[in-house]
Amino acid sequence: MSAAGRVAVLKGGPSLERHVSLRSGAHAQEALERLGHEVLGLDVGPDLVPVLRAERPDVAFIALHGRDGEEGTLQALLEAIGVPYTGSGPAACARCTDKALAKHLMREAGIPTPDFHFLREESIKQLGAAAAVEDIEDRLGLPLVVKPARQGSALGVKFARASDELPAAMVGAFSYDDRIVIERYVKGRDLAVSVLDSAGREPSTDGNPGERSSSGSPGERSSSGRREEARDPVALPVVEAVPREEEFYDYESRYEIGMTTFVCPAELGDRTTARAQRLAVEVYKLLGCHGVARVDLMLAEEDDELWVLETNVVPGMTETSLLPQAADAAGIGFDELMARVLASAATRTATVPVRL
Amino acid sequence: MDPPGKRPGERGRTRATAHELARYEALFSARTRAMKSSAMREMMALTERPDVISLAGGLPDTTTFAPELYAKLMARVAADSTARALQYGPTEGMAATVECIVQVMAAEGTSVDPQEIIVTTGGQQVIDLVCKALIDPGDVIVAEAPTYPGAVPTFGAYQARVAQIEMDADGMPIDELERTLDRLAAEGRRPKFIYTIPNFQNPGGVTMSLERRRRLVEVARERELLVLEDNPYGLLRYEGDPLPTLYSLDAEAVGGRGAADLVIYLGTFSKILSPGLRLGWAVAPRPVLEKLNLGKQGADLCTSPVTQLFVSAYFAEGGDGGQPRWLQYLEELRALYRRRRDVMLDALAEHFGEHGRWTQPQGGLFIWATLDQRIDTTDLLALAQESERVAFVPGRAAYMDGRSGASSMRLNFAGVPDEDIREGVRRIGRVLREQVGLYGTLTGSSRAARSQRAPDGGPSARPARGEAPPAKTQPEPRAATGATERGELADVVELPRREEGAGRRRRDR
Repeated sequence: MSAAGRVAVLKGGPSLERHVSLRSGAHAQEALERLGHEVLGLDVGPDLVPVLRAERPDVAFIALHGRDGEEGTLQALLEAIGVPYTGSGPAACARCTDKALAKHLMREAGIPTPDFHFLREESIKQLGAAAAVEDIEDRLGLPLVVKPARQGSALGVKFARASDELPAAMVGAFSYDDRIVIERYVKGRDLAVSVLDSAGREPSTDGNPGERSSSGSPGERSSSGRREEARDPVALPVVEAVPREEEFYDYESRYEIGMTTFVCPAELGDRTTARAQRLAVEVYKLLGCHGVARVDLMLAEEDDELWVLETNVVPGMTETSLLPQAADAAGIGFDELMARVLASAATRTATVPVRL
Repeated sequence: MDPPGKRPGERGRTRATAHELARYEALFSARTRAMKSSAMREMMALTERPDVISLAGGLPDTTTFAPELYAKLMARVAADSTARALQYGPTEGMAATVECIVQVMAAEGTSVDPQEIIVTTGGQQVIDLVCKALIDPGDVIVAEAPTYPGAVPTFGAYQARVAQIEMDADGMPIDELERTLDRLAAEGRRPKFIYTIPNFQNPGGVTMSLERRRRLVEVARERELLVLEDNPYGLLRYEGDPLPTLYSLDAEAVGGRGAADLVIYLGTFSKILSPGLRLGWAVAPRPVLEKLNLGKQGADLCTSPVTQLFVSAYFAEGGDGGQPRWLQYLEELRALYRRRRDVMLDALAEHFGEHGRWTQPQGGLFIWATLDQRIDTTDLLALAQESERVAFVPGRAAYMDGRSGASSMRLNFAGVPDEDIREGVRRIGRVLREQVGLYGTLTGSSRAARSQRAPDGGPSARPARGEAPPAKTQPEPRAATGATERGELADVVELPRREEGAGRRRRDR
């Protein structure tokens, strides 16, 4: 990305992740300015399309978390008005943001994801689904995690250790989305693997950055590397989220109240590290991600198996977010990381020509 | 933002690594590192949108203050006291303002030595200064449960450990307080102070009974403990007889010239005049006062002389029939807030009905409503503000652990027009019924639901505790249990789905 251009950083919006998004956006903005771009920060609101039409940026840098930025509507809109943008396209966004859809696809593709059941609030009224809750519970086994299907923040993620906790967990999760996923709880270690398209036009496998990121190996290429050899995705070092308290089941506190420390690279055996990274890249490709994404996994305590939970197409980019930490551990500075994310706008095989 | 390549001390293109970005994190003190925003608080920030009816604010109504009077007072300050208004003032406050404070306290039957008053930048600063003066990391503060949500981050910032005592209709139960103090003593921990809002508590809406006030002062004296009496709403009483302040009871116990020696009193002009003035005060024993003064010097040197002079000009104003203007305005506020309280109580009866219980405050700004314990009000807020554009404060904000109080909510009736109160409560009621209905469908018949809940004591045993589903893995919230068995936060409407517990609770009435 040598030529400087006009970049609109899209951030904020009315979602529950507004604050994180504003911080991500501010950091991205600073980096992009250091890289010599003319940067316009936009707090996304009802005037977004008119403003973009008036400002005519060369690229929209998406730092908008939550449903507004990640479900694909924004991306489709940008395509409609001819503004190239960073990260994944509408289809991948739709697949990743809907946890149920992503899990269906992973299960079909043979990627290990904890057993689950998907439920819509209407199906309770219209199909009498409530009567099946016991069966769902019997099939999945306790404890269970209940998640809004399309909510990025930890809010609304509920834990049910006993049968009688399940209805309240479901009601809670339904407060954030009319679709929920009831998932078997995997006790173990929390891992996150960020995946990045390899840099620009450099040969892909040599661009493998971190000493421990051994994924994105040549073997993977056959699956989707047909058109774009130059952007083979590579996995960054694994980050582990370590809760400060034992037996800590409250997801909200776990991720939001600073009860967690992050270790990067995670202290794992080489085999587990490689396996986690390989899985992350597989998921990235399976869901059709582009540019960057973060894949969250669990390493099960009981059998050392890895389970993929979900994929975030617009990972946090604040100073303490997992993606910048992982990139840093791989020797990729924040500015370089932002440059690579920005470059993803030009490499997508989208309908929009890129002028950067 | 700096243009590229112009940062001092950097060669060529800046390369900010995550390490570099994290370097700020490394520079933060352990104290501020503990200050983290919670998802719930971030969600509350979203409610400050213009299209949202917010019953969440802690606001009094400032629209009733006469614009002409405001202009006149400001003009008088500007013309008569230009140099003084524009200058620094003494840290302890201006004598003219202290005189007003003496008048306000006298209106509550409390006499005070002007030498023991410090004028502060809002009442909130008193909480901060008291913590600054008294709290080392790990020190214990005893507070009510629920407690003032605005004190929660302050206590957290000083790394205090907070033991919260569940209130009932008469405020903090003192026998429960004593048990907690005994338990802390057995652990070798001595609390630094007891934090209480005795009148129309925020957020609980309840008032500490006279008997408990006396007993609290006795306990403080027996054990040589400080009490921080936070009294922003004492003059906003809409019914019932005023009760003496803890400060005056302590002063009585001391005897002599009439100063308390264990109660630190917190007052404010925010609720009887204007929060925008940022004008509050503390009355404290001299040695404590000196530390508060030193702390304030470090914080802001002095409270704005402009607003201090404004208040003294205001208090010099005469009203109708020889009554001071400020007392007359207070009467107007009482009438307004009393009516709004009644509007909200009616709306709650109509729209929450059997799905909740709520306090019937005799004054203040807030009603505390407790719903079916299986409803989590943080989730309810997410749904309410998204689908109904209405907001309230989730109960968890009033608990240090961020988890208790999960089925309660604080509703402000004072700063909201009547119509918005009705409409806001109606909207919350709609979301609430939706959730209760969904819950009912998921659990089948209410009988089945009850028998399922029975093993953990049943929902009727401790409804006000409002445990979130995950809360059981944590240790019992300190000192919370005993109080709730005796009673709840004041008058309630019974939940029909809790027939089993009804008998037990009825006697609370």
